[in-house]
Amino acid sequence: MTSGIVLKNVQYAYARSRVLKGLSFSIHPGDFFIIIGPNGSGKTTLMRLICGLEKPSSGRVNIFGQPIQSYNRKRLAKEIAFVPQSTPLDFPFTVFDVVLMGRSPYQGMLGLENQTDLEKARQAIEFTGITKLVTRKISQLSGGERQLAFIARAICQEPKVLLLDEPTASLDLAHQIHIMDLMEKLQAEKNITIVMVSHDVNLAAMYASRLLLLKKGEIAHIGSTEAVLTYQNLEASYGCPLLVDQNPMGAVPRVTLVPGKYIPK
Amino acid sequence: MKKNESIIFKRFIQVTGLLSVVLVAALLIGLSIGSSGGGMAAVWKGFLKTEPSDPVLMTILWKIRLPRVLLAALVGGALSLGGLVFQALLRNPLAEPYILGISGGSAIGAIIGILLGLSQFPGITLTSFGGSLATLLLIVGISTGQSILRKNALLLSGVMVNAFCSAVIMFLVSMTQDTRLHNIIFWLMGDLSLGSLQQTAILTVFLVPCFIVIFMYANTMNLMLMGKEMAQSMGVHIRRANLILLVTTSLMVSVCVSQCGLIGFVGLVIPHLFRLLLGPDHRVLLPACILGGGAYMVLCDLVARALPQQGELPAGVITALVGAPLFVYLLKRSNP
Repeated sequence: MTSGIVLKNVQYAYARSRVLKGLSFSIHPGDFFIIIGPNGSGKTTLMRLICGLEKPSSGRVNIFGQPIQSYNRKRLAKEIAFVPQSTPLDFPFTVFDVVLMGRSPYQGMLGLENQTDLEKARQAIEFTGITKLVTRKISQLSGGERQLAFIARAICQEPKVLLLDEPTASLDLAHQIHIMDLMEKLQAEKNITIVMVSHDVNLAAMYASRLLLLKKGEIAHIGSTEAVLTYQNLEASYGCPLLVDQNPMGAVPRVTLVPGKYIPK
Repeated sequence: MKKNESIIFKRFIQVTGLLSVVLVAALLIGLSIGSSGGGMAAVWKGFLKTEPSDPVLMTILWKIRLPRVLLAALVGGALSLGGLVFQALLRNPLAEPYILGISGGSAIGAIIGILLGLSQFPGITLTSFGGSLATLLLIVGISTGQSILRKNALLLSGVMVNAFCSAVIMFLVSMTQDTRLHNIIFWLMGDLSLGSLQQTAILTVFLVPCFIVIFMYANTMNLMLMGKEMAQSMGVHIRRANLILLVTTSLMVSVCVSQCGLIGFVGLVIPHLFRLLLGPDHRVLLPACILGGGAYMVLCDLVARALPQQGELPAGVITALVGAPLFVYLLKRSNP
């Protein structure tokens, strides 16, 4: 089959500590792939390797059948878009400006936009539902609105794969579900592969087509949500007691924290 | 929103057009006023040859004032642009060639040149240039760890290098007791009075390619403001862009410093002013800083020439006197 993103024995060491210890797995085209795991398990590093922000110490990362090093930055940017966890806010660009920046891999060095670029930007803005925000300054938006603007920018980049690093962290409930629904719509309508790092196992359970549970830089479990999200797996990885039952809304696992039972190691 | 051509391109043309007019006006005013008189009317008539002109005035105009205003415009433009680039590169509003110590290194080189009794060109220019490049390498060397240009590391090492340079300058000044002392101090405060047409031509040859190279990276600087990760994921080659911008800007600044000494605050005030007026897009800010910074410098130099009853002030004194309070005001206003 045509390969999406394939990692083979990927290791990553930073300042003598091994962050990732030989990961091999693949993300298939059209997946809604969510990476979960405790703090320091290497989720963000893994994400940075997949979008070429870091080079693995050893092992291979293949993007659509070609090693990631064979892509130059602009070509990679047409395949993979990235929404980082945090973005500096000391710049008063408007939302429209920011979304339009997503076109830069398709533009010349000076980034002069043409009719197509403007049209793509408008489509991305419409798709994300932020039409009202276009003239606002990005620095003046709320956290949720800003995240939507950055997602619109990534959509405007027309990638085949969209990577997001904890896109719902510190957002209110409505924005969390809005962003997750948006990702599902993106995957279903535009067939974009979604790869996401998340701390919210319940959101992950509801949306992921495949899950990767990381523990200390190694794959603890990978597969369907039912297979990965068992209380044995989760307790072994996170080290705290959890209740896992079925979500009454459908056949997905539901994870509940159990208060008062946590014993620090 | 129906546009047949790039909105940014139109804004670029508008801003460039408007500020070119401002710069030309500033240059004409600068030409017209000076210690040996003249005034607008006489200068104009002389230029347009509507009546026989005073040959002495014409000589002053061509040999003294014209090189000086052109030099001021070039240096003002280059220093403003230097500030703009460093601020974008380091995403730090305090970044400026002076604060990073690049000018300090250049100054040490130039003072050594003066003490050795070298000629203004190429002697002092070369020693000064060497000094600034050495500082640049030192700063980059200190701040280079895993990745080049960590924001705070670079700024902090710049501050330290600058402090060290200041100490060396003070040492050199203290050890000097003859007439060269006056030269050094005047030069340190930023002096445009030594301009000649030849010097201006040399400076143009150096600076214009730098302007062009930096403009090619104007959009890249926009993307870099979104943070390293996002910029990189949009296809920016961060390391390469950083290196090219840093080296080009440092070359530009050191050429200016070697010619005119330490003229501060231009690179701090002008970019901030235009950012408030025109927004954050570097494709518009860049021509604005070059032209507007040039006009500002010409006017500052004009005040420096016209203010004292006898002799003149170094232009750097005026830019600092105007710049520092304006900067504080801008800072207050932009941070509610």
